[in-house]
Amino acid sequence: MTPSDRFISIRSVSKRFGAFTAIEDISMDIGQGEFFSLLGASGCGKTTLLRMLAGFEAPSKGEIFIDDQPMSDVPPHHRPVNMVFQSYAIFPHLNVRDNIAYGLRKQKLASTRRAEMVEEMLDLIKLPGYGNRKANELSGGQRQRIALARALILRPKVLLLDEPLGALDKQLREQMQLELRALQRQVGITFVFVTHDQEEALTLSDRIAVMSGGKVLQVDTPAGLYETPRTRAVASFIGTMNFFRGTVRRNGSVMAAIEAEGLGTIPMATAQLTKPDGAPVQIALRPEKFSLSPKRPEGGLAVEGRLRTAAYMGERSQYYLSIPGKAEPVAVSAPNSHRLMGGHDLPEGQALWLSWSPESIVMLDID
Amino acid sequence: MAETSLPKRRTADGPPRASGSRILRLFHRSESARGYLMMAPTLTIMTFGIVVPFVILIVISLWTRHGFGFDTTLTLANYVRSWNEPIYGTLLLRSFWISGVATAITVLLCYPMAYYVAFHVHRNKMMWIILMTLPFWTSYLLRVFAWKVILGYEGVINSGLMSAGLIEAPLSFLLYSPTAVIITLAHAWAAFAILPLYVSLEKIDRSLLEAATDLGDGPMARFFRVTLPLSMPGVIAASFLIYIPTTGDYITPALLGGPDGAMIGNLIQLQFGAVNNWPMGATLSIVLMLWIAALALVFLLVTRKVQGRIT
Repeated sequence: MTPSDRFISIRSVSKRFGAFTAIEDISMDIGQGEFFSLLGASGCGKTTLLRMLAGFEAPSKGEIFIDDQPMSDVPPHHRPVNMVFQSYAIFPHLNVRDNIAYGLRKQKLASTRRAEMVEEMLDLIKLPGYGNRKANELSGGQRQRIALARALILRPKVLLLDEPLGALDKQLREQMQLELRALQRQVGITFVFVTHDQEEALTLSDRIAVMSGGKVLQVDTPAGLYETPRTRAVASFIGTMNFFRGTVRRNGSVMAAIEAEGLGTIPMATAQLTKPDGAPVQIALRPEKFSLSPKRPEGGLAVEGRLRTAAYMGERSQYYLSIPGKAEPVAVSAPNSHRLMGGHDLPEGQALWLSWSPESIVMLDID
Repeated sequence: MAETSLPKRRTADGPPRASGSRILRLFHRSESARGYLMMAPTLTIMTFGIVVPFVILIVISLWTRHGFGFDTTLTLANYVRSWNEPIYGTLLLRSFWISGVATAITVLLCYPMAYYVAFHVHRNKMMWIILMTLPFWTSYLLRVFAWKVILGYEGVINSGLMSAGLIEAPLSFLLYSPTAVIITLAHAWAAFAILPLYVSLEKIDRSLLEAATDLGDGPMARFFRVTLPLSMPGVIAASFLIYIPTTGDYITPALLGGPDGAMIGNLIQLQFGAVNNWPMGATLSIVLMLWIAALALVFLLVTRKVQGRIT
């Protein structure tokens, strides 16, 4: 691990508010220039962690290092970090120019240089000529950009973003996501981004920490989290997932298999399956890893199910099938690239074959 | 003509309606009509309680005293006198000075109290506010007398300091002086400062303060760049609420002011009372009003300028 991989280092940090534990013993590292997201439902502690990075909350235990400097004795106004607040916190008594230049006061710049920097920032956030506007003359998207410019003009080592896109409507949010990502590449500053929107986290981030109940469940790349979630909680938080209980069946040291509810016996490579014979396991399969066909496919693993409901979603359809031996229906996602499977044509109760490959099976820790 | 045409229109319109429902419909349709209806009681009182007496006051100020009665020919003689005779100017200036200092002291002392309750009290805020206004539940006169007891020649402060051996003779500047008036006014009007200051501070979005800190401001810089400018409406409201009534106050200076602490209010009271020169009293009242209006305007403009400068 190189030093730039530990640009922000969170070491055994806990935070308690009275009897309530907001953060429980979190340790992780964030690399320089990384777009790092803290993802979780509200109340999972992600905002508390962000506020500890900013210095607004002090850890009850543990230490946070930014660029190798311990932060516990550094007050928020001396930290090399800046924050974009959820409410944007644009100063209502100042115009756009003075809002953006707010933090430059300490740098004792010539007023011409300062004006230049503000103009550069206004260009960067694509609001040139807005310098004299008052805060109450701005739309939500514009406020968000100004909050961003106000923080970026100080060239912080780390930019903290507290659900900055949450208040925007869907279309604007998607546009801002792209712009935010492009901006982060352009300025090369480490971004720590708090969100409860898993799609947003997947689109924007280099890596994501999934949080729940004050703990970090898993830190991984978007693809890593989606394809190989470690626990059921992570798997169900990101996208849709089918879960199956199963039992390990071993026959000597070469062959191993999982006897899974509804799916029958699935042969597995022994490298993937380290548990002893008879051990309970939890396996998971994403809806799009299944294939659907009206007839039994040649070879491979397949079970027959009956269609319960189908939802047509444009480029693909989501099917729910009941299979023998499993109480909950199995979700299957299939592209609508050919009309045979055009979701709305299939009647309820239609018999369909589900097939999958053993490689797409995810082994979960039992939790 | 109108009487004959009205029934015709009614039959053309359909069944006749009661005129009451027509008025009701007007109120339903017109928002400004509803607004005026709501203001009607206040507007009535304002007209008969303020505008009419004010007009009477203006008329009287244009009269002059003639023996024991009034000469009702309209003339500006009283205004000329009030401008030329130094006693009026002196008393006016002193009134502005005393109530200006009292206002400044009150706002300065009450700001930290309001700040504390707004930012550092998290439970039972209302109780704190009520506790702060508790002294103001007693009558104004009682509070003035209480200060007389405290500041008097043999009062609490003097006898306390003497028995502690800190002074030999009682401090004479405490009572019957402008100082006494300023102290008493500052205390008597504190509630009028705390409430608007508290409201304006309470309204400030806490994330703005965090943003200022995040952008590199220490506590002092943050106060002068964010908290103070955003609480300025409260400061201005508090200043007006105290300055305007205290300039014309006559109870406190009469009881505690002594000869050096007399204010314009005392003189106006004299004109309407012992001196029996109502026209002069009316003139002085109007002059005082005009000066207060002018000063308030200047104060507003200056605060706006300063606010622009700070940020």
